[in-house]
Amino acid sequence: MPRVTYISQDQKATTLDVDVGTSVMQAAVFNGVDGIVAECGGSCMCATCHVYVREDQLALCPPLETDEDAMLEGTASARLPNSRLSCQLVVSEQMDGLVVTLPETQT
Amino acid sequence: MAQEPIIIVGAGHAGFQVAASLRQHAFEGGIVLIGDEPVLPYQRPPLSKDYLDGKIGLDLLLMRPGAFYRDHRIDYLPGTRVSEIDRAGKAVLLASGECLHYSHLVLATGARNRVPALPGIELDGVAYLRTLAETDLLRDRLAAADDIVVIGAGFIGLEFAAVARQHGKSVHIVELTERAMGRVVSHATSGFFAEAHRRTGVHFSFGAQAARIAGDRGRVDHVELVDGARLKADLVLVSIGVVPNGELAATAGLAVANGIVVNEELATADPAISAIGDCASFPCRHAAGQPTRLEAVQNAADHARCVADRLVGKPHPYGALPWFWSEQGKLRLQIAGLTTGHDRTVPRGSVESGEFSVFCYQGGTLLGVESINRPADHAHARRLLAAGRMITPEQAADESFDLRAAATARAA
Repeated sequence: MPRVTYISQDQKATTLDVDVGTSVMQAAVFNGVDGIVAECGGSCMCATCHVYVREDQLALCPPLETDEDAMLEGTASARLPNSRLSCQLVVSEQMDGLVVTLPETQT
Repeated sequence: MAQEPIIIVGAGHAGFQVAASLRQHAFEGGIVLIGDEPVLPYQRPPLSKDYLDGKIGLDLLLMRPGAFYRDHRIDYLPGTRVSEIDRAGKAVLLASGECLHYSHLVLATGARNRVPALPGIELDGVAYLRTLAETDLLRDRLAAADDIVVIGAGFIGLEFAAVARQHGKSVHIVELTERAMGRVVSHATSGFFAEAHRRTGVHFSFGAQAARIAGDRGRVDHVELVDGARLKADLVLVSIGVVPNGELAATAGLAVANGIVVNEELATADPAISAIGDCASFPCRHAAGQPTRLEAVQNAADHARCVADRLVGKPHPYGALPWFWSEQGKLRLQIAGLTTGHDRTVPRGSVESGEFSVFCYQGGTLLGVESINRPADHAHARRLLAAGRMITPEQAADESFDLRAAATARAA
């Protein structure tokens, strides 16, 4: 099962085993990783599940679609080149070892 | 003596979020979360979309798995009704007769379906779409239905109509007013959505009122309109809005006027009782301080965070920007701000392309923005409005005007 590591603002790392097909957002919410709000429940409507993906792993992730790209304009913390909405990061085998850093704030 | 717990009545988005936020703030006291449904707290928006459509199951609907409540010491009481508040004794009385004392009480009682006084409303085949149980029932009925009549062309009615059409069902929507989503969107957006639904085969009767629901051996057979028209139906969805659940508060002597009346910190006249979410009427900063009651996930969750902040000693007035969304088939509607009372609308982008925003102004002030398949506009609009920045109608209409730069500019 692919593993995803979440790094909080205070550098605390949480690693989860995530089922293929589950999003990085869902895994975090369901396992009580703080720092992801996901107000809209994963509909790409709210931009409150913002994460920073480790730069060298961006290519392993599903491509950035138009809607996500647009909603990333509204993140509460600064959008960076490695910003993604974690509801759109559906985990695949090739994403094993993914490391995402949580932003300072989501709202 | 140990401090009494914070009791939250209502386990929807608002109630759940208070409990979660309190623990995020490292609140150490007891938390009792009381819900009247038999399941763990769940998200409502997908009910009318992916859940109804069978794309997701209950597991993905839940706010959190059961372990979350144990791990965070949230005492969740499902299937539990509160019958009375004893303000003097700082306690709630449960329908079971049990009495629970609180240090602070948060009313997050939500709203219930408005049920019209129509003959035949009790017939088998009349359905609603607000709770999980209602949606489970509706989903079964949808599969077996051929001819569906939807009463009310609001978000829920239209979202349901889109799903029903995708399943190949005949759908006829009866709406009392002259347009779709009339209570919340501009004429331009309203007209666009009605036309888009028509193109997928939905029939509308605007300015029309159901006179009765007629049955055959206890089952819905057709809906008769006031003008005498008869609409064949084996399933009728009633989606004419909701009524806030204010009775508990009213009976306890708290002010209720289209919702439980709270101040800018979301407290009632009793400092030990707050009210949040769909059931609360609050002075809204984004509506010139007018008493406002909103039915929205954003409102519920942000209210909850505001009250949680106050309960851990960091009080502040509530000021979050309201925003809403609706998904109707391929159409994504996102609304930033409150557009009620607008006197001018300015489109940005082409309505014909199906990707546009409507900027709503009142006396030159930007009240809100409706975006249809234009999520970037929505993201920028939320920033603009939250910061209280203005752009002129001319700028809004000018596609070469850099909305992003305007939204992210530092305050002058």
